[in-house]
Amino acid sequence: MKKIRVLVAKIGLDGHDRGAKVVARFLRDAGFEVIYTGLHRTPQEVAMAAIEEDVDVVGISLHSGAHMTLVPKVIKYIKEYGGNPDEMVIVVGGIIPEDDFEELMKMGVDGIFIPGTPIEEIIDFIKKKVAEKKKKTVA
Amino acid sequence: MDVDEIVRGLLNGNRRALARAITLVENDYPEGKDIMKRIFKKTGKAHVIGITGFPGVGKSTIVSKLTQEFRMRGKTVGIIAVDPGSPFSGGALLGDRLRMDGIDVNKRLWLDSGVFFRSMSSRGKAGGLSAKTGDVVRLMDAFGFNLVIVETVGAGQSEVDIIEVADTSIVVLMPETGDDIQINKAGILEIGDIYVVNKADLGGAEKTVKWLKSMLLLDDEAVRILEKMDHGSHNESVNDEILTDKLEKKAKDAIDRWIPPVIMTIADIGEGIKELADTIEKHREFMEKSGMLKKRRTVRVSRELLDLIMEDVKSRIINDTSLKFEEFVNRVVENEIDPHTAAEKIIEKLIFSKNSDTTL
Repeated sequence: MKKIRVLVAKIGLDGHDRGAKVVARFLRDAGFEVIYTGLHRTPQEVAMAAIEEDVDVVGISLHSGAHMTLVPKVIKYIKEYGGNPDEMVIVVGGIIPEDDFEELMKMGVDGIFIPGTPIEEIIDFIKKKVAEKKKKTVA
Repeated sequence: MDVDEIVRGLLNGNRRALARAITLVENDYPEGKDIMKRIFKKTGKAHVIGITGFPGVGKSTIVSKLTQEFRMRGKTVGIIAVDPGSPFSGGALLGDRLRMDGIDVNKRLWLDSGVFFRSMSSRGKAGGLSAKTGDVVRLMDAFGFNLVIVETVGAGQSEVDIIEVADTSIVVLMPETGDDIQINKAGILEIGDIYVVNKADLGGAEKTVKWLKSMLLLDDEAVRILEKMDHGSHNESVNDEILTDKLEKKAKDAIDRWIPPVIMTIADIGEGIKELADTIEKHREFMEKSGMLKKRRTVRVSRELLDLIMEDVKSRIINDTSLKFEEFVNRVVENEIDPHTAAEKIIEKLIFSKNSDTTL
């Protein structure tokens, strides 16, 4: 079976990478292939990496409060570079106020995980969503 | 994207097609094999550079600086970075991409259309590469990159698979990773076309360089010089000159031989990278002129072909029930027949089975 590939990304002026690294590590242990971008990437860089690495999941970690600006940019550039964000599972993690959830989902985000989310929940969500999207693209 | 679209896209510079092709090949899908067959004629042009060495010596940093240097020289670069996959969970943390940054913000590589970076898991294979790395090199070659750089897993002493894919193999070391005996051990230190001592700003770099040079020289005199040096020699610079002179003379004497150069770098700040790039280009030139490139590729392809045949034979034996593989296994278990005879009988059956197509 194909391995699930996940890009774990940190964007912008945000140095809080402990959460991203912990999640990356647990996803590794769940059998995923995890590509970590390192800190301070731009939305363009993350979008290009998602395409070159042909990932199933793009995970964006944000603690800077800039999620409403940066997340839609990533999605926009994936399209611009010839990718199809609908084929990918896009998840956001970090400090995200509940008030923004709905709008983020409208932008094309599939899941939002705030601090305290059990890691199993993230793993199960990814497995389920990747399988769903695959079915859709095949059909 | 179907196979037609992918092949067409890949040959016309579509990055997403290349990315998808790699996925199909890496996961051993039947489409992957189909793609490999169709792009093969377009391969063979790229210069394949392998970078190997122990974990943490600076392979990824060197790859990133080299890529910047070659971009300035007008070359396009495809990069395959292999990191270890877990033998327990099957997962992997692929962390080479994040080093792909220069100190020079004007030379950023992530969005450079002349650079394509792909992380790969070794997927439990020993040797420093994944089973499909060679095929992914070919995909990047067919795409049209001038150079394909392959970075291995942080290698142990015997992980030498890189020579199976690279035209130029670079072994990276750093100071204080062992004495002259370590450096003369078999394995990874036999395979370099170029040796790099990175982190040369750390103490002891000169010593490592000398040991490497004497290893390459394999010369009584060098050993004597080194012995003297190790016992508190007072004239180190002179010794170094003798060594270097001898190496250069040897290199001149041997037209059809390449004496691997030793280069000091501080990759972090880009020092020594130009020299390394020059040496890589020189090596490629040597390989072509001396006919070594063809020789290496011939050896490699014959091995690859044998591997592919073995794989096919194996799957035929397991899947073709008329060969009665399981029955033979049971008979060996019951001590009715010995394994050598059993193998001979199965091969005989395989060769004469009506399924086998003998026309070419």
